[in-house]
Amino acid sequence: MREAMQGKGISGGRLAIAIPYLWLLAFFLAPFLIVLRISLSQSVIAQPPYSPVFEIVAGWEGLKAFVAALSFENYATLFSDSLYVSSYLKSLEVAVVATAMLLALGFPIAYAMAQAPRRLQAVLVVLVILPFWTAFLIRIYAWINILQREGLLNEMLLALGLVREPLAWLATDTAIYIGVVYSYLPFMVLPIYASLEKIDHNLLEAAADLGCPHWKAFWLVTLPLALPGVAAGALLCFIPIMGEFVIPDLLGGSQSLMIGQTLWTEFFGNKDWPIASAVAVVLLMLLVVPIAIYQHMQTRDPRAGSA
Amino acid sequence: MDIGDAGKPDAGRRRDFAPWNDPAARALVRFKGVTKRFSGITAVDDVSLDIHTREFFALLGPSGCGKTTLLRLLAGFETPDAGRILLDGEDLADMPPHRRPVNMMFQSYALFPHLSVAGNVAFGLKQEGLVREEISARVAEMLALVRLDGMGSRKPYQLSGGQRQRVALARALVKRPKVFLLDEPLAALDKKLRQDTQFELMELQEKLDVTFVIVTHDQEEAMTVADRIAVMDHGRLVQVATPPEIYEQPNSRWVAQFVGDVNLIEGRVVASTPGEMLIEAKAGGRLKVASVSGLSAGDAVCIALRPEKLRIEPVKAGSRGGDNSFEGKVWDIGYLGDVSIYKVRLDNGLVMQAAVANMTRMVERPIGWNDRVTLTFAPQAGVVLTR
Repeated sequence: MREAMQGKGISGGRLAIAIPYLWLLAFFLAPFLIVLRISLSQSVIAQPPYSPVFEIVAGWEGLKAFVAALSFENYATLFSDSLYVSSYLKSLEVAVVATAMLLALGFPIAYAMAQAPRRLQAVLVVLVILPFWTAFLIRIYAWINILQREGLLNEMLLALGLVREPLAWLATDTAIYIGVVYSYLPFMVLPIYASLEKIDHNLLEAAADLGCPHWKAFWLVTLPLALPGVAAGALLCFIPIMGEFVIPDLLGGSQSLMIGQTLWTEFFGNKDWPIASAVAVVLLMLLVVPIAIYQHMQTRDPRAGSA
Repeated sequence: MDIGDAGKPDAGRRRDFAPWNDPAARALVRFKGVTKRFSGITAVDDVSLDIHTREFFALLGPSGCGKTTLLRLLAGFETPDAGRILLDGEDLADMPPHRRPVNMMFQSYALFPHLSVAGNVAFGLKQEGLVREEISARVAEMLALVRLDGMGSRKPYQLSGGQRQRVALARALVKRPKVFLLDEPLAALDKKLRQDTQFELMELQEKLDVTFVIVTHDQEEAMTVADRIAVMDHGRLVQVATPPEIYEQPNSRWVAQFVGDVNLIEGRVVASTPGEMLIEAKAGGRLKVASVSGLSAGDAVCIALRPEKLRIEPVKAGSRGGDNSFEGKVWDIGYLGDVSIYKVRLDNGLVMQAAVANMTRMVERPIGWNDRVTLTFAPQAGVVLTR
């Protein structure tokens, strides 16, 4: 009787575990394989706009011909054409610099939130999330308004006498950074706040008790314990910024494109699905690296950060 | 301070250890009229207290009585609203916690989760800027003392509750503090481990010759470990005395009831002669107790009788109640193994408790439910309380 019950329990448990796997299989792995397969094709003017196309009626011979027609040519193009390489580098640059800026800005905000009185903390968390109440696109359009030549920013700078004549903000890297940092700040602040907030206050008293002044306890106790939150926040910002399209497209210039813009151009502008797919696959591979590092950190010390 | 050579002091020294009775002795810690309020609530109310070098001192009281606040004031985590705290003659007012030569063991242990056991113990020594060799030598020595050798590389989450408690102990004691503060150090341990650890703490204190101040709500724990106990209630010191004094001569109804079980009999002095005093109980009956100076006929008093100081016997036919003898009926019996507690409803309406050591194996109870019994006690057994 008991064994029967246990057997049932295990199969129920397996089902529960299977659901996320099935989900990933259907909505991540299958589309990825389709993209991978398109990236190995050649662009043609047809419907669909790539070749070869495998048809089940062609049978075994058809499959062999199909596999033989696949090639890595697009990947070779990707690495030989400086347009793509410079796009990847541009994305990397923006993602690295913006993540660093987000850290420099987000950590103090999260720290101040965690230090605030308990009651105020809930309000502050809501304030951080508040921008999400407005659609993302509208907020970016609002920035166009602020950053344009006769915009709020220039008017303010003129009024304060900081500049003599209006500066060009739009269509510059500065505008991209402003947009990215503004948009991703909550994703940096919230995980750091969550890890700071759960640090036992007794630990800081213990550090003081053992002869450690306040500023030093921050480096020796607070920061190491907040590290999981910092890593999570950095990853949550770095990865989507790498593939960011909307912000550089609306706020940035046309002189150097981020990889998201290049991808969009290939796909919708040039109708070159295979090369666009190759761009996407390489981007994915690049993003696996930081995730693997994070995973490694997590498994090495599973309880780091919890009391 | 040398751990290795100090050894165990001879028992005689400990028995005679009573610097608080020596008017010439200089206290190590002095609280002078210390008051601390938290948003209108007075947590510590005008406390003056001396703690002497090498003393094992306990702050005892119910939760919320201000004992932990008193400890935190000494550690420097709270600043007094009034009064002064002196350590070795030095005013601590302007000394931040990280400069005070005291160390605290937290109730939650507050071990650093990101550091190993050795890293936790070494933390305080690194702040002193000692050379690495000395740090590792002292850490190893301390870990051996608390029986954690070989555990240095473990992380706190890999330890049992008892082991964590000993890491916390080692981390604070390795600093060789002038005063070691323990905030409910054993509250998280189960009863058996707690009792063993109490004796270990006493041994450790004698070995290291450090002054210990322990906060506890457990009166047994305080009685076991401490040289002196300060009983606190509502932020005030109610009584400061040795464990036997606290138990045998409580200075108020409150202390008598908080420390151990007690029967309280309200009454009035009828006659007082040098030697003995006669008390008329409110509920009826007369009690004879050892006389107390300063009381005269008509004064309201309360007689405290510990349950183990009462004799309980079946009523003998023909005997009639003399002095300090009450008849009643057994109302309830609690068998605790080593002792049995008899609750007796006296004929005058009072309910009294008597504890009887079970010196022989109890096969057949000599006294059972609803038996008529006589409770008697010696005149020296009753404590006269006026507060």
